[in-house]
Parts: sequence; structure tokens; C-alpha cells
Amino acid sequence: MKNKLTLKKAIELIDKKEVSLKEIYDDILKVYKEKNKELNIYLSFDENSFEKAKNEKNKPLRGLPIAIKDNFLTIGFPTTASSNVLRGYMSHYESTVTKKIKEAGGILIGKTNMDAWAHGSSTETSDFGPTKNPRNPKYLPGGSSGGSAASIASNMAIASLGTETAGSIRQPASWCGVVGLKPTYGRVSRYGVIAMGSSLDCPGPITKTVEDSAIILNFIAGKDEYDGTTSNVPVLDYTKNLKKGIKNFKIGICYIDHPDISSTIVAKKTLEAGKVLENLGAKVELISTSKTLEKNKILSHEYAIGVYTVVQRGEVSSNLARYDGIRYGNNRSCFGSEAKNRIILGTYTLSKGYADKYYIYAQKVRHLYVKNFKDLFSKYDVLISPASPSFALPSGASQGNPMFGELQDMLVEPSALAGICGISVPMYKDEETNLYLGLNIMSDYFQEEKILQTAWAYEQKTNWNEWKNI
Amino acid sequence: MDKKYQPIIGMEVHVELKTASKMFCGCKNDPFGAPKPNIYTCPVCLGLPGALPVANKKAIEWTISLGLALGCKINLFSKFDRKHYFYPDLAKGYQISQYDLPFCYDGEINTSFGKIRIRRIHLEEDTGKLIHSTINNKKMTLIDFNRSGVPLIEIVTEPDIKSASQAKEYAKKLFQIIRYLDISEADMEKGQMRLEANISLQIQNSKTKNQNNQLPNYKVELKNINSFRFLEKAIEAEIKRQEEIINEGKTPTQETRGYNAEKNITYSQRAKEDASDYRYFPDPDIPPIKISESWFESIKKNMPENYDYLLSRWEKEYGAQKSTLSLLFETNTQSKWLDGLFSYFKKQNLDTKKLINFLVNKKIKVNLFVDNYQKIISVFNQSISTSQIDEEEIDKAISQAIKENPQAVLDFKSGKKNAINFLLGQTMKILGKKTDTKIIIEKISKKIF
Repeated sequence: MKNKLTLKKAIELIDKKEVSLKEIYDDILKVYKEKNKELNIYLSFDENSFEKAKNEKNKPLRGLPIAIKDNFLTIGFPTTASSNVLRGYMSHYESTVTKKIKEAGGILIGKTNMDAWAHGSSTETSDFGPTKNPRNPKYLPGGSSGGSAASIASNMAIASLGTETAGSIRQPASWCGVVGLKPTYGRVSRYGVIAMGSSLDCPGPITKTVEDSAIILNFIAGKDEYDGTTSNVPVLDYTKNLKKGIKNFKIGICYIDHPDISSTIVAKKTLEAGKVLENLGAKVELISTSKTLEKNKILSHEYAIGVYTVVQRGEVSSNLARYDGIRYGNNRSCFGSEAKNRIILGTYTLSKGYADKYYIYAQKVRHLYVKNFKDLFSKYDVLISPASPSFALPSGASQGNPMFGELQDMLVEPSALAGICGISVPMYKDEETNLYLGLNIMSDYFQEEKILQTAWAYEQKTNWNEWKNI
Repeated sequence: MDKKYQPIIGMEVHVELKTASKMFCGCKNDPFGAPKPNIYTCPVCLGLPGALPVANKKAIEWTISLGLALGCKINLFSKFDRKHYFYPDLAKGYQISQYDLPFCYDGEINTSFGKIRIRRIHLEEDTGKLIHSTINNKKMTLIDFNRSGVPLIEIVTEPDIKSASQAKEYAKKLFQIIRYLDISEADMEKGQMRLEANISLQIQNSKTKNQNNQLPNYKVELKNINSFRFLEKAIEAEIKRQEEIINEGKTPTQETRGYNAEKNITYSQRAKEDASDYRYFPDPDIPPIKISESWFESIKKNMPENYDYLLSRWEKEYGAQKSTLSLLFETNTQSKWLDGLFSYFKKQNLDTKKLINFLVNKKIKVNLFVDNYQKIISVFNQSISTSQIDEEEIDKAISQAIKENPQAVLDFKSGKKNAINFLLGQTMKILGKKTDTKIIIEKISKKIF
């Protein structure tokens, strides 16, 4: 089954002429036809994409099929952000990231399901039905990039793109047992990505292996004249030093002393991951969680939920104002209840007399996280933590719980608020349920190289990644 | 009852900057010259999903130049904010504007009635334009986004203006400075400069005269005024209207009013809600603007000489009046050209004051700002010598005509006014060319009496 090839391997075998592009496309189409109805991964899919791929063989991505989350504006596919408001909307421009993928010879094979407007961590709030976890269809894939993570877990794409505001790449990657990289805010252009929380949103790869994420990042990172928040910091070749090892890396383990987590399997497996890294030559320490800003301690993730909720809802209420019922064909009654909740809450927190109490105050607390990470990264190369406090939850778990996403994402929210980079790699599989846990590896601004090096070393040393030996 | 009312007026003026491209995208900034609606548009100024704004550097520099020209302090750390309101011409559901950190604040403009403090100048984006029309017998509203995203500055004064004529002088002066800096055409007919006045009346009598300076508890916003003359008339009409209401013992309603020039009255447009809530917050798409020292210095360096200083200097050097001088030019490119011309004249010991008068009264035919200085000198010299020769010739011709027609002279002396026309005709005949008949008639009658 050639659809199981990693991006790296597929490129290699195509160049050696041991595998043809046609075989890969045929196998992907086969699994798509078999499973997409049940799993509901793709909202749109181009069954004839091989015709386009044929001509891209000499480009770096060799015409390989890439799945794209449905909040990237793309020419040729509808772009809906899984909302009825944009049902059938055909963009006449292309996002910077998908443009770069196309220029590198990647083929957009289809658009993947997500929580409507990326509001959620389950992909259950999509207006086009929930996506199921390919590892076990009774369970959620996580979200909001649940469709992209599931496209990888089910081998329905060679690589994929997601977006993260706080956890939306790393949490579904964790639940689906795949690799998800959330770059530093400003490393990858947001131009042409439907805005959710503009000060947090960050596109990134969701792939089979760490190396694949590094390859994709190479093509999508960089300054974009269309996005004023992208950075001038030079882009590295993230594959170059990938296998250099992590000898003498200083690594801190975070959050597992928190009472909510300390006695769980998630904490246990994170500690085990720490041991693995230690055996690879890193100096690993436990960092204690603190409720106040203290040197060498990590600020509790608990405040992040409040800060994140206020900041993100405020930005959401503003970003969705353009869907006013005049353009895009569908009126405002098409908004789902989650979007409505967020618009109402965000509007309230930005209102006169309340903005200081909520939005401005939240931004001040947000800055504490920035300071905390700055302090910690003066001492540590990378920090690790669980990517999610639990295994994937069963279908339906998000319903009736307006804070579902925030609770699922609480361990990655502080890093998202600070804007630093992080990657989730599989760190455990429960044989009974076939469900995964992910290890979240974080580093300072624009230190993607370090998290990739750590993640790669960890991936090689452990047996949780099913693709690494294919 | 002898009440006196002191008008309290503050002004808000919007000006579209004439940068080549729009405020937050690369689209052409020429809504008025656009041959068709919606052609100068892109995902950014259409507010499409996923589009992001990138601030126009030139527009920021020009805003700061205007601030410096008006003696403002400059916020070297500034930012853009989102201002939310719903209107069909506002593509994103919010306007990118500036809230608490405008680029410029605390400036002033001098008028002959006194100083007017400038509270702030901020930079924002213009909206699209609604066109109400009937298509296939159906009433429709169309939207043209060519104007959407055009850089717009707003200049806000303190309520220091005390009369309609001061408001007019302020607006004119602001116009002159903006034209001088050459940052906008400021053509009011094209909506490139939009005037708004906030007007209220303070009751002054012997009792309240020395009391606190509290402002009246209402204000009326006057909008849609498209000339300086109408501004003055509209404010006058509004002051009169408010006086009448107050004389009846009532308080004018807080509202927005327009001006009907034909009837010379103001009319209610909409009641202004007291608690408008725009839910301002810093636009997360645009990083805060830090104006480095070197950037600030280069903006200062590129500023032309201060408009008032320039006129004062010319007045002193060449003896012409400021009001006369200001008629000669609009932009600083033009004033620099003139400055060169004047000093060139002076160097050659020519009469610069006379030149200025000739230019203002269009007595010499030259292409200002185009011809080279030497050409202008030769035209100037020629016109001086011809006018001198003419004088002598005319005197000679008149003397001859009088001498040759004693009867006509007698008739004129005895009150036959028509006789002078005969003498004029004779003089012209002798001269053999056309000249100003008024001057000749004057000269003849002087000579006879």
C-alpha cells in the first residue's frame, strides 16, 4: 500500500523509480473511497488530482498529495471553514501557504473537515458532520484540525496542513497518533487563512513523521509581504541538522506535578519520555508548577484558560463581523451555536467599560506567560509536557460542554499565548483502544530546529511511530 | 432678556491622502479617476476571508509630516485599532483606525481670531461607497469598493473655535497647509476633504461670565459640507437655530445635522446615541508601529519650510503681502520654484515686488513653474519697457487729438459728455493700436480740466 509512505520515503522511491506517483494516488483514492464516508475526513476531494500531479515530478514535492484544512483559501476547492455561512464559497485567491506548497510541487488533494471556524477541539462542531478518529471510530479525532490529523492517521494523504490557535494542531495530532508542528507565531504566513484568533493563529504541518514536518516547514516558513506579522528571522533548512542529536540539551518537564495530572498515565508516560531523552544524552529536570511568576518554575496553565478565552473570543467576535449576511450568499442565521456563543462573549468582553476588565487585563496576564517562558528558555533548550491531558475522548464528549476545547488544550495554551513553537509526537499507544498519547515538545521563539531535533531523536529511539520504518 | 451666546465649535476634518496605493494593500488609490466601479480592489480592501492588512509607510510619514507642520507632538510608538460598526460599505465589519495612540497630538493652528488647538491627527482607512439606483424598476443599493481602504486622516481640534468665520479661516488654513505639503488634493467636490463642525452655544451673562469653563451639555454635529463658504453659512444658520431654541427655554437635541445650501438651513440627519460603542481593540494583524529616531529624522528632513515662516520670510524680503503671496502657489514644489525665481530676481537687482504683483494680477504671460527663470526675466523686462513706451505714446496722442479738435474740447467742457468718446476715437486713431480705453478717457478728462 503506497499510500502509507512517508513524504520523505515517497520522494526517495519516486526518484529511484521504485514507486510511481500513479500507484500512490491509486492507493490513496482507494482508501478514500473505502473510508471517507464513514470517517468524514474530506469535505471536498479531487479524484482526478493525479492528472495535475504528473507534471510536477521534477519539483521538490514531486506532485505528492497534500491534505489541506478547510480554513485555507484555495482556488479550485470550496473553502468553508466547516461553516454553513461559507457553504459553497469559492475563493478567487490562494493562501500564501497553499501557494507555496503548490509552487514546491505539492498537490492539494482535498480540503479536510474541522470544527466550524476552528472553534473547538473535537471536529464535532463542524456544520458538515463530525470526523471520526481513524484509530478507533468510536472516538474523537480532536480538533480543530481533526480532519487533517485523521487524513494522516488513515493514510488518505502523504502530508497535511493544519492551523493552531491553541492546541488545534498538537491536540488532534496527539489523539490521532501522528506528528503535528505548531511553528512560532509569525514563522508561517496567515495570509489567506480564515482568521480565528488573529494574535494566536499559526499554520503548520501535520505529518506521519518528524522529518516530514521538517520538510513541509521548509517550504511554508518565511516572511510574507502580505502578512505584517511574519518575521524577518532567517528560515533554516530544518532537515539539515535534524539528526544531529540532543546531547547536552537541557530539557525541563512541565505540568506533570499539577494535581489534575500527577497521578494519571499521561504524567507517567511523560516522565518515561523524559528518561528516553536523558538516555539520548540530554540533561532532564522536573520543573515545578507555580501559581505565581517565579524564577525556574513554570506558571500554572490554569490562568491560560481564562486569558485564552477572553483574548480569542474578543478576536473571534471581530473577525466574524465581516460575515454580515450581505456577502457570501448565506445569512447570519447559518452560524452554529458555538460561533454564536463566542461572538456574544467576545462582544461583551470588548464592550465599553468591560474591555479594561477583560481584554486588556487578559493581555497583561498573557504577558506573564511570555516572561515566564523567556526566563525558562534562558536555562532550558526545550520544555516537554503532555500534549493533551487524556487519550481521545469518545464521540459526543464535547456536546454540552462549552469549555471542552479549553480543557483539552490547557497544556498547550500557555505556549500558544506566548507564541512559541511546539511539536506533538506519539509517546504511547493503548493496545486495547488503539488510541495514542502525544508528547508536546516546546522551545523558544524561532527555535523550531531544536524541537525538531528533540522530536526526531525521540521518535527514532521509541516504537510509537508506525511509519518510521516503512 | 439680554442673553449673549458664545458659540463653542470644534472641528473634525477628514482628508484622503494621495498616496499611490491604498492604506493596507497595493491597490491603486484613485477612486475618483476609476473608469469603473470595483476595479481597484483586492482581497484586502474587499475584506475577504483570510486577507490581512499591511500598513502603507508613506501614509504614516505624511500623517506625521502634517502633525509636524501643525506643531504636534508625535507618538513614536503607535498602533492601529479596530473600530467596529455595521454598515454595508464597511467590508470587514470594522474600520482600521487609531484609538488611544494617534500618530500626532497637541498641535495648533493660528487664525486672525486666535489660536486653535489641535487635539489629535490619526490615520485610518476610508470605506466603500453606496450607490442607490433603480435597476429594472427595482430600487437597489450597489457598493463600489474602489474607495475602500484609501488612506484617510482625521484632524480633530479642541472646541476653541468661537465663530463661523473663524471656522472658515481654520478650514482654509488647514487646506492650504495640506496642499502645501502636497499630501492630498483635498478637493471637497471629490470628497477628498470633508468638514464636520460640532457646535453648541454657551449662555453668557454677567452672572456666569466668570464661572467655570464648563462646556454645554449637548453638541450638534454638522456634516456634509463641501465648501468653505457653505461651512461658514451652515454654522451661522445653525447658531441662529440654536439661539432660537435656547430663547424658548429649551436645549437643542444632540444630533447630526446636514446643511441645505439652497434654503440656507440645517436639517436633522440622525439622532446621535450618547453611548456609541465601537469596541476598539488593537488590531492584532498589524504590529505596533515604532518610529525609530533615524526614520523620524528623515521625515523631518524631508519636510518643506514651514508654510507660515515661508510667507513671513517672503513678505519681509520682497515687501509683498502674505495674502497676495499665498495666491501664487499651492504645493511646496511650487513654492520652492518661486523661491528660486525671487532670489534670482533679487540678485539681478530687479523689482521682485513688481514681479509678484504682475504674477498675481496675471499681467505677464508666463508659464509658472514651467518656464525657466531667464525667460521670465525677459518677459518681465519687456512688459516693463512696453508699458513705459505706451505711456509716452498715449500722452502724445492725446495732446495731438485735443489740439486738432478744439470744438470737441469745448463741447465736453460745456457738459456734452458724448464729446469725450469722439476724442477717444481720435486718440486711438493716432495711436493706431488697441489700449485700455478707460485709462485714455481718464487721461483726456484730466488734461482738459
